Amino acid sequence: MNAATRNSWILNAIALAALSAAFLLPIQSGAVNAYIVGLLITALINIIMATSLNLVCGLLGYLALGHAAFMGVGAYAAALVSIHWNVPLSFPLALLVGGIAAAITGVIIGVPALRLRGDYLAIITLGFGEIVRIIMNNMPILGGARSLRGIPRITTVPVAYAVVIICVTLMFTLGRSRHGRAILSIREDEVAATSSGIPVTYYKILAFTLAAFFAGIAGGLYAHYMGVLNPNRFNFDRSIEYLVMVVLGGMGSITGAIIAAIVLTLLPELLRGLSNYRMLIYSLALILMMLFRPDGLLGTAEFSLASIGRLFRRTRRSAQNEGRDHSES
Amino acid sequence: MNILLTQLINGLHVGSVYALIALGYTMVYGIVKLINFAHGDIIMVGAYAALMLLTSTALPFGIAAMLSVLFCVTLGVLVERIAYKPLRNSPRISSLITTIGVSFFLQNSVQMIFSPTPRPFPIRLSVPTIVIGSLKISGLTFVTILVAVLLMIALELFVRRTRMGKAMRAVSEDMQAAQLMGININTTISMTFAIGAALAAVGAILYSTAYPSVSPTMGALPGLKAFIAAVLGGIGLMPGAMLGGFIMGVAESLTKGYISTQLSDAVVFGILIIVLLVKPSGILGKHVSEKV
Amino acid sequence: MNPNPHHLLEINDLGIQFGGLTALEHVTFSMDPGEIVGLIGPNGAGKTTVFNLITGIYQPTIGSITLGGQTLNGRKTYKIFQSGAARTFQNIRLFKKMTVLDNVRIAAHNQMDYNPLVGALRLPGYWRDEADTTYRAMKMLDIFSLTEHAGEMASSLPYGQQRRLEIARALISNPKLLLLDEPAAGMNPTETQALMATIREVRDRFGVAILLIEHDMRLVMGICERLVVLDYGQVIAKGTPAEIRQNERVVKAYLGGSAV
Repeated sequence: MNAATRNSWILNAIALAALSAAFLLPIQSGAVNAYIVGLLITALINIIMATSLNLVCGLLGYLALGHAAFMGVGAYAAALVSIHWNVPLSFPLALLVGGIAAAITGVIIGVPALRLRGDYLAIITLGFGEIVRIIMNNMPILGGARSLRGIPRITTVPVAYAVVIICVTLMFTLGRSRHGRAILSIREDEVAATSSGIPVTYYKILAFTLAAFFAGIAGGLYAHYMGVLNPNRFNFDRSIEYLVMVVLGGMGSITGAIIAAIVLTLLPELLRGLSNYRMLIYSLALILMMLFRPDGLLGTAEFSLASIGRLFRRTRRSAQNEGRDHSES
Repeated sequence: MNILLTQLINGLHVGSVYALIALGYTMVYGIVKLINFAHGDIIMVGAYAALMLLTSTALPFGIAAMLSVLFCVTLGVLVERIAYKPLRNSPRISSLITTIGVSFFLQNSVQMIFSPTPRPFPIRLSVPTIVIGSLKISGLTFVTILVAVLLMIALELFVRRTRMGKAMRAVSEDMQAAQLMGININTTISMTFAIGAALAAVGAILYSTAYPSVSPTMGALPGLKAFIAAVLGGIGLMPGAMLGGFIMGVAESLTKGYISTQLSDAVVFGILIIVLLVKPSGILGKHVSEKV
Repeated sequence: MNPNPHHLLEINDLGIQFGGLTALEHVTFSMDPGEIVGLIGPNGAGKTTVFNLITGIYQPTIGSITLGGQTLNGRKTYKIFQSGAARTFQNIRLFKKMTVLDNVRIAAHNQMDYNPLVGALRLPGYWRDEADTTYRAMKMLDIFSLTEHAGEMASSLPYGQQRRLEIARALISNPKLLLLDEPAAGMNPTETQALMATIREVRDRFGVAILLIEHDMRLVMGICERLVVLDYGQVIAKGTPAEIRQNERVVKAYLGGSAV
């Protein structure tokens, strides 16, 4: 680890700690009402959904339209663990089981589906997602369309916050390892990747499975927040919602996905005063965003404190350069 | 035997509606390589337009239907010009998200104007039931299949025989080459969206007579199924859309009749997955591989 | 026929058809370790198809390819790369939106062995492997005078440097055979001269055998020790540059019709 990397890590860690304190203290002190708490938890869960989908859509560059189904599998698996298995540490265990169940579903779907690409892959993930939902609707053990009830409501803001920090950090470090580079290289040029020794099929399935794993964990959080589950919550519309977050944030950008997840969770609520118009404004915002900033908020770039520092230095330097150019001419 | 025949005919009834809607998806995809997620909502707008004209005016059914088709055509072309055209050279995913945005926009606009409550669709059309031996076919079913088949024949002739039809085929083959040959790309694309919207509007009216309940989200499910029909037959290919539509309708109807109503959607998606895995380019599609 | 143990690459009676159309047939030639061989012929003769067959992007209809005694038939492209055949592309295929350094590091993927969990948790194996790979990649960039561009996007490099980066990427894995597809395409005479020197240096430094497709005859005649000439999917001549220059069939294939 060189000095610049270390400094940037320390800087980000301090910023994260400050942010966490500012964020969690008011909630711990009970100064915030239940409505806001609910909104925050939803936003945190959406952050995991958006960043995990970013692994497939941003890093691998494939369009997937069934991400909500993995969340559903994780939610039900985690809920069943909590309901039927009363052991210490059952909550982390439940989340992990949820993640693993979703990951296994991801492999089962990914192995055949990832033979396709482009629009065909999008369509087949849509089909698989809907089938998973319909199967969940018809499984008696899951309560089917009558909903699964009695899940302990354990997910609080600090719990969700901690899980988000862990998940996002893992996705970030994975993205910047040889495995992350291999996945990125497939997005850039599949033929060049395989000609450079990358086993592309393996890495496509890995990206897809990891995305499913983290979506499963988000599902576990969701189940223990709601206390009740209905399969129809994990339908095609939800998958689209998460996709929109990834695209608005800029495909390939984790920080972009986080910002978009927060904004898109809060925006409809902030517009509640205009309650009749809010979904209309939401959809218009989406269209206008695509028309005027089709690469999303951040493109593939990441937002970081170090980059702000660099930006300042660069503007100062380019200002100096400009000055020099003028004096020379 | 009679039950089977009845189910098959029901399947053809729904299938012909799917086929009409699927044609819109497939033509647009063939030309601009765009999955138009807002296409399903054109169905919904068409149904509301017809509903309004039928309940608040005394226009005869035929005129009301024509006017709502005209309304949808205008809407389809406008949407393409305003929302899709500026993105023609952007990443495909941006255009895709835009179609999703347009879909939300249409649903929510209609919801604001008419409220989310479903409304009954007035069927002011009485067609006698046709009886063949012990088999009874409802007049509506007969008319629906007839209208759909006639429209498909007309469309096929239009695309094969007319100048505009040839231009459409040329643009879908190679947009740049077509442009160099002096074909007006913008007019051709507008025409494609116009025809797609018109077929969707006709589909909407036929669909509403079969399931007479109109709501802001009614377009989603038939839209999705028609889209799957288009993929099933081979997206971009017009005969594929027709074949896919009929297969979907019959499969759905047979599942409902013999297995379970709840699982009919699962069967539909299952067929889609099997076809995509066995022959990704659809039943009638050709395989194209990348050149290195 | 048993492969000759002294040969690095042996191509025997290779043929491929695309939907009934014969693109290559009866292609037979071999290469020794460290040799520079030119694969030449008119446009459409099937030169790039030979590369695509060696690297497993296409599977041959008949015939066999062996590298260092191992048969390559039926092997996946990434496995062939791992067993020592690396290539560049006629129409440059870099990972455009990744840095110059990352482009090289990707091809070193198989020389690291930490697993995803070690990478995600930043365990010692990650730091060790990455430091080693980065060091080797920077050294490789140095050989191709790309050091100062290490942090830039590959797409921002000028054309000639993109070609050099592609060669650097291919070499990071220490291949036994390097396949260069028109490395001088689009270069001016000065750049081509520099490229010739680089290719010779690469062979001397890495001991790698180089098979190259090229239209620039000065380059081909200047650095190739042997030439294989393709026309209409068949080998019409093999030999030293001097022999090929005298060969009637070759001259005819290039000039077409009744020349000579």
